[in-house]
Amino acid sequence: MSQMVKSLSRTTFSSPWFNTFIRYLLVTLLALFLFGIILLITGKDPIQSYKDILTSTLGSAYGFSEVLVAMIPMLFTALAVALPSRVGLINVGGEGQLYIGAAFATWGALTFQNQPAWILLPVMVLLGMLGGALWAFIPGYLKAIGLVNETITTLLFNSIAPKIVGFLIFGYWHSAMDTVKTANFVPAARLPAFFGTRVHLGLVIGLALLILFWFIMKYTRWGLEMRAIGGNSQAARRNGLPVKRYLIVVMCIGGAIAGLAGMAQVSGFYGVLLLNFSMGLGFMGFLICWLAGGEPIGILLMSFVVAVITTGGNMLQLTRDLPYAAINILLALTLFAVLARPNFFGGKKA
Amino acid sequence: MPNPLENQPPIIALRGITKTFSTVLANDHVDLDIFNAEVHALLGENGAGKSTLMKILFGFYRSDAGEILLNGNPITVHSPRDARTARIGMVFQDLNLIPAFTVAENIALFLPDLKAIMNPKEIDQRINEISRHYGLEVNHQALVSQLSIGEQQKVEILKLLLSDARLLILDEPTRVLAPHEVKALFNVLDNLRKDGYAIVLITHKMKEVLECADRITVLRRGKVAGSLLCEDATEEKLVTLMFEKELSELKINQGTTHESTSMPVLELRGVETHAEGAGISLLGIDLKILPGEIVGVAGVSGNGQRELCDVVLGMETCIKGMKLLHGQDLTNLPVQAMRRNGVSFIPENPLMMASVPFMTVLENMALTDTGRYARRGGFSMDWAAVKADIDKTVQRLGFTLNLYTIAKSLSGGNLQRMVIVREMTHDPRLIIASYLTRGLDVQSTIAARQALVQAREGGAGVLLISEDLEELLTLSNRLLVLYEGRFVGEFKPSETDIYELGHLMTGSKVEHVSNG
Repeated sequence: MSQMVKSLSRTTFSSPWFNTFIRYLLVTLLALFLFGIILLITGKDPIQSYKDILTSTLGSAYGFSEVLVAMIPMLFTALAVALPSRVGLINVGGEGQLYIGAAFATWGALTFQNQPAWILLPVMVLLGMLGGALWAFIPGYLKAIGLVNETITTLLFNSIAPKIVGFLIFGYWHSAMDTVKTANFVPAARLPAFFGTRVHLGLVIGLALLILFWFIMKYTRWGLEMRAIGGNSQAARRNGLPVKRYLIVVMCIGGAIAGLAGMAQVSGFYGVLLLNFSMGLGFMGFLICWLAGGEPIGILLMSFVVAVITTGGNMLQLTRDLPYAAINILLALTLFAVLARPNFFGGKKA
Repeated sequence: MPNPLENQPPIIALRGITKTFSTVLANDHVDLDIFNAEVHALLGENGAGKSTLMKILFGFYRSDAGEILLNGNPITVHSPRDARTARIGMVFQDLNLIPAFTVAENIALFLPDLKAIMNPKEIDQRINEISRHYGLEVNHQALVSQLSIGEQQKVEILKLLLSDARLLILDEPTRVLAPHEVKALFNVLDNLRKDGYAIVLITHKMKEVLECADRITVLRRGKVAGSLLCEDATEEKLVTLMFEKELSELKINQGTTHESTSMPVLELRGVETHAEGAGISLLGIDLKILPGEIVGVAGVSGNGQRELCDVVLGMETCIKGMKLLHGQDLTNLPVQAMRRNGVSFIPENPLMMASVPFMTVLENMALTDTGRYARRGGFSMDWAAVKADIDKTVQRLGFTLNLYTIAKSLSGGNLQRMVIVREMTHDPRLIIASYLTRGLDVQSTIAARQALVQAREGGAGVLLISEDLEELLTLSNRLLVLYEGRFVGEFKPSETDIYELGHLMTGSKVEHVSNG
């Protein structure tokens, strides 16, 4: 089969987009096959399980809308990894940046709740981005001056951020009846949702950011400079590019995007700031970015696939009596399949 | 030439060894005889092919042609394991010990007859015997990470001796040693020679060669330039063999002399840097480059050339001294500031230091001046303008370049052309050219040198760093010699010759100059 795909893609569809698409399709199939074996071992019917996943997600308008809802924060957190990776930074800190972004946005929502939506929402967006950016600035700065590797710092910062959020909730923001969350946001602080579903404006922002990312990398001066730094930072420095400044700024922008994910979750999805609300969305973004090879179109596809798996997984818990952990196994298998880089196209990395 | 030792057959004979790395001919039909009970020095400039030749003998590289004879019988050496079977051992420039192991463990690891259950006592005893005999005493219970470089080298030699090597290849063993350690090493070599070991010493330091070698072979540009016994060798002869070559094809007038009153393009006053890692510190560097002047810097690479370029470019920090560009103090300002002021840089390694491997040539071309080609405030790039600028320079220099290939896929020479074109494009005021013609064919070499001369005629200042003395003598208005981070001599090309320069470069006349 891969032989056939190979010749097809060489002759008829030599576009890299098509290659990318086929690549992800095959990787996904491989992961599903492996997970099927695990399902068989645990005595479940894999075909039926997959059918359940599909019908519960793509089988109905509602299911589909829920997939989109799950996908929104992943778009952001994946982009928060993809952008810094272009200058050679490994941002594992999406989770922490998301929490701080959410906290900043929540502060805005609670403080300015008497403002109309057209003022309040932009303020929350900016605050969310500011929070994430500040949280990413510290690792970015330490990296730029050559003190600490950003992978370590961003990772460690992930454990701090939720604690800060917890401190804020317990100490100041918790609602009168509940200590683990704030009061519900006023309607003006909620991102508008579409067509009576839970799909909110965050989806549009996320898609717009993806397109912007693609455009900047491909056509602009800054994209060129970032690719140069990521491609050979030593040469970039010798060629007179402001490498340190880029490291700091790009890390901050990555953090800002992750912070926006936090803002979108509290404003668009929950409408309230909950303790430990993220449950690994930042890490999921890292996974998606890896699966997608940092490419915008790949991020879109892989976010969708991962969203299908997680939403469908929720359903499997109910219908098939499968523990949620099983879904993590499926995600891990997907990651393995990608990391092993099956040789679909003669060894050429997509 | 007559040689009493030649009655006895060589233990190892290399015949017609040829090796190319992509387009560079590293070894060109090299013949070499290595005899028992002899220290055989391989002398030559960096890049002359010494290390390559020995790595072929040690099975690290495979030669394209030629054969290796062990006691007259052809053998195949396709891996260091084969070499060890043939009782050949090699100590690499960067030592190969495991830092977390003790000395004894490191040596045991290398024993050919190491038993499944080790007997530490027996191993200790063997180490003791050998180390006492050759003056290689090291504490064998010490961790290698706690040893000095000199001690580590002893361990490396012990390792080879215990593994029954009869031929020891030492790749620039003295590079990292202090003078007294060098002396100790030569004593060891002396003892080994007496016991019949064959030793190959790779080096570019003339003094050492004359001090401890029995036979000297000089390599130049991958070929044997000559082989002679130590008794017959003099520094003059060796310098001639190392550096002299066919007459240059390029004839250039030396340019007009400039009144020393004009503002220098670049001035370094007492600049010092702090060495990092394997680098070298610059010490008290004074340098003045006038407009319309090429200042050549001669030296064996690794004596501070990279640091000198980097300090001028702004990559490296001056811990002392000042850097003036056109009379303006730009000490320790970032590279951007230097680039904006018309500084161009052609580095020694164009792939690592100047280009982004996965970008096209065209994209690489825009990198030094992205602002110039940015349109709509940066939202688009004017690639047509980039191309137009390159085409102009390419025509002027007479190079050809394919703009749409990926930089990584270019050969070394093409990559060098790409960088030269880029750095010559924006009418630079100061050009730092490090090993300008490395990897270039004859025609491109002439073109590249012509480009420098053109820039000089246009009033630019040039800092030309090279090992090619002929190049330096033809192109420079003034010549400096860099040795161990200092300038040890300054000449007008007409006042000096390759012999004098060669002496200074190899450190054989340093005391003389610094005292005088």
